[in-house]
Amino acid sequence: MTTTLEPPAPTPAPEASRQRARKRPRRRTQLSAHGEPFVWISGGALVLALAMVVGLFALVLGFGLGTFWPGPLEQITLEDGTSVLGELQREETVRLDGEEVDRRLIRVGNRDLTGVSFRWIDNADVAKVERPDWALVVERLSWGRFYGTPVSYQVQGEVVTEDPAEVWSAFLAEQGPARERLAEIRTLEEHEIGRVNARLERARLATRGAELRFGEDSDEARRAKMQELRIQEEGEASFAELGAKIAALRAKNAEQKVVFRTSDGVDVPMEVASIVRAYPANRLSFTGKVGVYLARWWEFLSADPRESNMEGGVFPAILGTVSMTLLMSILVVPFGVLAALYLREYAKQGIVVSTIRIVVNNLAGVPSIVFGVFGLGFFCYVVGGSIDRAFFPEALPDPTFGKRGLIWAALTLALLTLPVVIVATEEALAAVPSSMREGSLACGATKWQTIRRIVLPRAAPGIMTGMVLAIARGAGEVAPLMLVGAVKLAPSLPVDLTAPFVHPSRSFMHLGFHIFDLGFQSPDSEAAKPMIYTTTLLLIVIILALNSIAFWVRGRLRRKLQGVHV
Amino acid sequence: MNELPGSILEPSGLFDAIHEGRSFDAVVHEATFDERSILEIEKLRLWYGSSQALFDISMLCPEGKVTALIGPSGCGKSTLLRCVNRMNDLIDTVRIEGQIRLSGQPILDSGTDVIELRKRIGMVFQKPNPFPMSIFENVVYSLRIDGERDRGLLEEVCEESLKGAGLWEEVKDRLESSALALSGGQQQRLCIARAIAAEPEVLLLDEPCSALDPIATGRVEDLIDELKGTYSILMVTHNMQQASRASDYTAFMYLGRLVEFGPTQDLFLQPRLKETEDYVTGRFG
Repeated sequence: MTTTLEPPAPTPAPEASRQRARKRPRRRTQLSAHGEPFVWISGGALVLALAMVVGLFALVLGFGLGTFWPGPLEQITLEDGTSVLGELQREETVRLDGEEVDRRLIRVGNRDLTGVSFRWIDNADVAKVERPDWALVVERLSWGRFYGTPVSYQVQGEVVTEDPAEVWSAFLAEQGPARERLAEIRTLEEHEIGRVNARLERARLATRGAELRFGEDSDEARRAKMQELRIQEEGEASFAELGAKIAALRAKNAEQKVVFRTSDGVDVPMEVASIVRAYPANRLSFTGKVGVYLARWWEFLSADPRESNMEGGVFPAILGTVSMTLLMSILVVPFGVLAALYLREYAKQGIVVSTIRIVVNNLAGVPSIVFGVFGLGFFCYVVGGSIDRAFFPEALPDPTFGKRGLIWAALTLALLTLPVVIVATEEALAAVPSSMREGSLACGATKWQTIRRIVLPRAAPGIMTGMVLAIARGAGEVAPLMLVGAVKLAPSLPVDLTAPFVHPSRSFMHLGFHIFDLGFQSPDSEAAKPMIYTTTLLLIVIILALNSIAFWVRGRLRRKLQGVHV
Repeated sequence: MNELPGSILEPSGLFDAIHEGRSFDAVVHEATFDERSILEIEKLRLWYGSSQALFDISMLCPEGKVTALIGPSGCGKSTLLRCVNRMNDLIDTVRIEGQIRLSGQPILDSGTDVIELRKRIGMVFQKPNPFPMSIFENVVYSLRIDGERDRGLLEEVCEESLKGAGLWEEVKDRLESSALALSGGQQQRLCIARAIAAEPEVLLLDEPCSALDPIATGRVEDLIDELKGTYSILMVTHNMQQASRASDYTAFMYLGRLVEFGPTQDLFLQPRLKETEDYVTGRFG
C-alpha cells in the first residue's frame, strides 16, 4: 500500500527557538486516565447492589402486605362433576410429560375432612367457576380454614333458622359473648389453675428445702410437710371448683352451633366459640375487606400463635425479640465501651495490644453457631448450673437457671456483638482530636476526667453507631438462639405483669426463629408461607424501628456537638 | 555565659559550631538579670527517642512580663514550652535532663504533682481547641474538674475570665450555646479565658495567632498586652512583628539551642550576634 496521504511536515514555529524543547513528545491523555470506565463500573456495582436489596424488600413487602387481604371465594366445578370451594392462591405453567399444563393452586381448607388444605387443579379440567353469594371463609381455632355455606343455626340442638342471612346475623350476635366465655375459660385455665399450681409447687419446694437444710426427720421438715399437705387439700378443692366453672362455661358454649355445608355436600356443625373469624368473602364491600384486613393484622400483632404457629399472632415472638435485643444492648454496650476505653486510652500501645485488637476483630468472623454452642455449654450449664446449685437446690433436678433462657441468649448475643461495639468505640475514641485531650490535660484535668468530660461525650455518636450495628446484627441472628433460648412455643412470656416483670430464666419466642420454624418445620408449608412473609416483614420493621431510634439519638448528639441548638 | 559578642566567635561562626555539634554559650543580655524570675530553666536537654531536640537551654522568665520564643521551624520552641507544663509526658519516647523551677520549686522531678502543676500553668494552643460544650462550661472547666458546684461563683469566674479575655461583650447573651459555633478568633480568646479562669501563675501561648486572620490576631495581641503584669507569659511565635510588638523579652533559638536572649528592644534593634540580626531582619530564616 502506497502512502498517498503524507502527514504534513511539522513546520517550525517562528518562536520555537524561545520555547524549551521537550525531551519526550506530549502524549494524549488516555481514556483510562479520565476514569470514564471506572465511573461506569462503580456506578454499575451500586445499581446492582441496590437492585438486589430493593428486590428483596419489594418481595417481602409485596407478599407481606398482601397476605391478609381477603380474596374472593370461588366454587369450581370440574369436568367430572365434582366441585371445589376455595381461594385461588396462584397460577403457573408447568411441563408435564413434555406438554405444557396450566394449573392453579386452590386453598380448599377443611383439613379435618379431607386431609389436605391445598389442591392443584389443571385449568383444562375446569368446567365452571362461580362465586357463590353465601360462601363463607371460616377461621377456626384448630384445623385451619374452613370453606362452606351456612345451612342452619342451632341452639341446644334445636334448629333456629335455615335462612343463610338469618344464620349469619345470629352468628354475628352470638360470636361476641361466646368468644368472651372462651377467653374466661382460658383465664381460668392459665391464671387461676396456674396460681394454684404455683402455690403447690412453692409448698413442695419449701418441704424439700427444709429437708435439705434440717434433715428429713427434723421438726422443721415435718412442719413443712404438714403445711404442704394442707395446701394440697386446699388446692384440690380449688381445682374442683375451677373445673366446675370451666365445665359450665364449656357447656354454655356448646349450646350455640352453626352448621355449614361443604362443597362436597357434607354438613359440619361447628361451635360458635371455636370460630375466630368468619366472613362472606363474595359479599364483602371494600370497607368490609379493609375491616377484615385490619382485624387480621391486629390479630397477627397481638395474639398468641395457634395451629403450630401457622395461624394466630406472633405477639410472644415480638416481645421476645424486642426484650432479648434490648437486654443484649444493655449488656454489650457498657461492656464493649469499657473494654475499648482500656484498649485505646490506658493500655500501652504495643505488640500485645495490637494482637488483642486483631483477635477482637477476628472474633466478629467466628460463625455464630459457635457462639451458640459456647453459650449453651458455658452460660446455660456452667453458670446457670452453678446458680441453681447455690440458690435453688430444692428445685433440683429441675433446673431454674441451668437451662436455655432469655438472659443466656442475651449474653450469648452480647458476646457475639461485642467485637462490633469494641471496634466502633475504638474508632470513635481515636477520632477525638488530640488537641482536645491536650487542652483538657493542660487545664489540670486528670486522664479520667478528660475521658469522662471530653472524650466520651465527643465519641458518643460513634459509640451509638456501634450500638446500631450490634442491634442489627443481634436482632437478626437465629442460629445461636436455637441453642440458648429461643423456642417454637413458649408457655409464658419473658416479660409480663407479674413481679418481677422480667423473667430472665424463661425461654422465649423469637421472630427470626419463628421464620425458620414456619418455613422448614411446619406441617403444612404452603399454609405457613404467608405467615413467613408477614413475620419477615415484621422483623425487618422492628429492626428498622430499633435502629431508627438509635439513629435519632445519634443525630441529636451529633448536632449538639456541632453546636447547633436542638 | 555573658561574654561579649565577637569575643570568642566570629559572627558567622556560631551556626557552624551548632552544625558541627560543638558546644557554645548563649548570649544573654545583662538586663535580664535585673528582673525577678518566675521560671528558671537550667541546662535543659531533651531527646525524642535517640534524637536530641534541646541542648543545654538555660534561661529565665521574668515575672509579670511577656517572653517570646522565636526561631525557625523545628528549632524546639514548642518543645521547650511543653516542657514547662510537662505536656511532653504524653509522648512515651521523650527523655529529659536538666531542671525547670517554678518560683523556685523544681517541676521536672518524678515526684512533682503534674495535675497541680498544670493548674498553676495555663496553656493556649496553636489551634483553638474549645471543648464540645457550652461557652460557660468551657470557661469554668478548670473549676468543674475541681468539683466546684457553686453556681454563683462559677458565673462570677466566667464573667471575669471572659472580660479578661475581651470576649464578654460578644458572648454574654449566649453563654449556654456551644463553643464550637464561635469564630476562630473568638474560640482562641475563649481558650485564653479558659486558661486564666484557673488563675495560673504562668501562661504558655503556643503560636496563639497562627490560625487567625489579621484582625483576630490584632485583638489577641492587644489582649496579651492587657494580661501582662497580671500573668507571666511565655509565648512561641513565628511572627517577628508580633514578637517585637507584644513581648518584653525575646529568646532566639536555633536547632535546639538558645542563641541570644535579651530585652525585646535590644534584641531587635541592637542584637549582639550577626545571626540574630539576620534572623530578626528577615535575611535568614
